[in-house]
Amino acid sequence: MTWDSLCAYVLALVVAPLLTGIINRVKAMFAGRHGQPLLQAYFDLAKLLRKGAVYSGTTTWVFRTGPVAGLAAVLVALAFVPLGKVPALVSFNGDFLLVAYLFGVMRFVTVMAALDTGSSFEGMGASREVQFSALAEPAWFMGLVTVIYVSGEWSLSPALAGVSSGVWGPAGSAMVLVGLAWLGVFLTENSRIPVDDPNTHLELTMIHEVMVLDHGGPDFAFILYGAILKLWTLGAFLVSLVTPYRTGMVLLDLGYGLAGMLILAMVVGIIESIMARLRLVRVPHLLLTATAFALLALFLVMR
Amino acid sequence: MHGITDNIMAILMLINLALTLSSRLATCISLVAFQGVMLALLPLFSHEGLNPRTLFLAGLVVVVKGLIFPGLLSRAVRDANVRREVEPFFGYGTSILVGIALLTISFWVGIRLPLPVSETTSALVVPGAIGAILTGLFLLVSRRKAVTQVLGYLVMENGMTAFGLAVVPEIPLLIELGILLDVFVGVLVMAIMIWHISREFDHMDVDQLSTLKG
Repeated sequence: MTWDSLCAYVLALVVAPLLTGIINRVKAMFAGRHGQPLLQAYFDLAKLLRKGAVYSGTTTWVFRTGPVAGLAAVLVALAFVPLGKVPALVSFNGDFLLVAYLFGVMRFVTVMAALDTGSSFEGMGASREVQFSALAEPAWFMGLVTVIYVSGEWSLSPALAGVSSGVWGPAGSAMVLVGLAWLGVFLTENSRIPVDDPNTHLELTMIHEVMVLDHGGPDFAFILYGAILKLWTLGAFLVSLVTPYRTGMVLLDLGYGLAGMLILAMVVGIIESIMARLRLVRVPHLLLTATAFALLALFLVMR
Repeated sequence: MHGITDNIMAILMLINLALTLSSRLATCISLVAFQGVMLALLPLFSHEGLNPRTLFLAGLVVVVKGLIFPGLLSRAVRDANVRREVEPFFGYGTSILVGIALLTISFWVGIRLPLPVSETTSALVVPGAIGAILTGLFLLVSRRKAVTQVLGYLVMENGMTAFGLAVVPEIPLLIELGILLDVFVGVLVMAIMIWHISREFDHMDVDQLSTLKG
């Protein structure tokens, strides 16, 4: 554990809500609107935390555990993921499995809380969420295996740090494929546009949003913050993949990583502005294609 | 250093995948044309390098596969006035899975085949070639339209070209021109045939031809 890793962790906690502000601002610019304030997510979180929560009489402790356990899981996962080439707070051999299944835990508790309400809408959303994330997992792991194979390291921080400008030369096409596959996973896991529309307010079409309809007040703030941190954590994978090298100066490295995250947010905003949402039956095709990309990348580096 | 060759082969394999899942005939036609053009550029970056012979051949292949074939095929589709969708026998999800499986097989086989591949060719050429041949075969058997069968045939031809490039370092100019002429005549004949089929039967679903009475 070093000071710059700790700085990166704190930076993630503080700056992450800004990403949704940037995505919304880019979308507003494309639509010719002024858009919400950049800091809207902070205002929302502050407002929700001041409120009280209302619990339905049919729910049990499962419903109340969901948001807290989900936020805790993503807070732990964040500690394992490097930002740019700044190493993560904690790392050990095989930690990528832990990170993958911490997200699994987060999904599980959210789904259980949704099912606990007994609402049929929430059950439908839970079913979709689980289906899509099950298909996203192979793409994510195949990409990770490629990165691990290229760098020869078994832990996230050194593995992603190993993808430097030296690797991009000979294995450039494979790394581009991994990047594309991870972008697909990133958009799916965070319920962004080709898969799910975060702006939709019709329960029948929603995936992630529909599962958290019954949460209110601080519980909803935890869910919102958890989703924002998940966006940051999965985005950090992509940014770490494309960051060329480590300069050694703390501020410069952190600046690199932060700039990468902000650019990623803009890219997401642009994708959301120029693409229509896929029909639900087409989403598995997108994820299978991402898996095919990651597999091709693996073959390209393994031959 | 096989940087450019490797990248071209990676693009070729991506086009194979894209062909298995794209649903529009027009997209498929341009994908196959693009694949042909990429393959035509391949000899320019191999050991032979730039000389009048390779430049002439590459230019000819680009014109034939990149301009004439897509022109003929899209014209046939337009004149035949058919629905501009592929209508596969399998769903697209299954097609992608098959595409992934074919990719795996081609790499598995391509690395193990004891071929007299010259040292100067990139290791990706043989898997890419086998992948293209298998994908072409899959397109031939899994699509309903006559046009997509022509496309499958063209993808197979692309694969064989790549294969020849890896195994035989220098094919005589006359033979290459002959192959090109054969493929050209093949596509021409099939384009005319598609037009005749659609004029006779108001569709070009080849699976319905089997129910014809003689």
